[in-house]
Amino acid sequence: MTEISIQRKWCKSCGICVEFCPKKVFTVGELNEPIISTPDACTGCRLCELRCPEFAVIITEVEERSHE
Amino acid sequence: MAKIIPQATILEKYFVTSTLPTQWCPGCGAGGIGHAVLQAIERMQLDPKKVVLVSGIGCNGHFTRHLRLDDLHVLHGRAPAVATGLKMARPDLEIIVIQGDGDAASIGGNHLIHAARRNIGITTIVSNNYIYGRTGGQYSPTTPKKSISTSSPFGLEDPPFELCNLMVGAGATFVARGTSYHIIQLIDLVERAIKHPGFAFLEVIAPCPTSYGRKNPETGITGPQMLQWQKENSVSIKKAAHMSEESLRGKIVTGILLDRIEPEYSAAYAKVRQRAQKGGLA
Ligand code: SF4
Ligand code: SF4
Ligand code: SF4
Repeated sequence: MTEISIQRKWCKSCGICVEFCPKKVFTVGELNEPIISTPDACTGCRLCELRCPEFAVIITEVEERSHE
Repeated sequence: MAKIIPQATILEKYFVTSTLPTQWCPGCGAGGIGHAVLQAIERMQLDPKKVVLVSGIGCNGHFTRHLRLDDLHVLHGRAPAVATGLKMARPDLEIIVIQGDGDAASIGGNHLIHAARRNIGITTIVSNNYIYGRTGGQYSPTTPKKSISTSSPFGLEDPPFELCNLMVGAGATFVARGTSYHIIQLIDLVERAIKHPGFAFLEVIAPCPTSYGRKNPETGITGPQMLQWQKENSVSIKKAAHMSEESLRGKIVTGILLDRIEPEYSAAYAKVRQRAQKGGLA
């Protein structure tokens, strides 16, 4: 399982993570910001981490997702 | 597929995070090249104290200011010349030059070709986003014909340099091309370029949404659109070998275009120095 976090102070809402996540985990919010909509679909491929031009996406492998 | 190093590890080991966010526009290609360089360095387990980045003037050169690695941010176009000097003085270092197309091919074109000719053991990565981004969107020597830019508002008639061919002609012994979209391949290409003992040149087709995309929508306007364009218009070197010149027109050929071994300049010159130190003319 993975945990996805976005450093909001670094993110510039470019939409690259939204567009190219193979599992369509992100959607676009009201201010064009990426919203982590379906985190359970994440396979941990890390493509969003690698393609984010702002180094703002962090994927962490976790044993089991903590319940928010 | 080689392992991807978690971004959290990269941030902790290489970044001065208080310098973030970057100065780049949304969707800029500079960050992707940064990822590829750091992933390759970490994957190869290079000693960070033995890595020096030499960055050119322009948006891409600004990557190094966010890092804990040593860097030289030098005069416009002079990065390969400074890197050459550094390699001659300290051949034990891994020296990686990061430039943009304006810096590398126009203002510093002369330095680039001569670094290639000498086969000095440095890695030069040129982000080719087809434009002078930082100075306000003027055309560069790699801007495609007909492009609209602030200095070609009615369309450009200058034919562009084909940078990789230029490097082959100048004597580079490793020449490769990647794109921002193909980020996994890009990491491999950076690794191969660093491992190459002579002059290694890597061109990265990268998006500049602000200064190129907005004026030339056919290759995408936004960052995601420009990456999509790269995805749809790239052909691997393997596949390209079976394609006609006609069908390759306008395509981005990716992969290692040239890889051969020739004597590396700093090592060859060390022998000259030895001969001279023995005294007398040989
Ligand atoms: S790729 Fe990065 S900068 Fe762009 S929207 Fe996603 S998190 Fe933000
Ligand atoms: S790690 Fe892969 S699957 Fe998970 S959010 Fe990122 S791109 Fe999508
Ligand atoms: S002008 Fe272009 S290259 Fe420069 S930061 Fe903006 S998008 Fe990137």
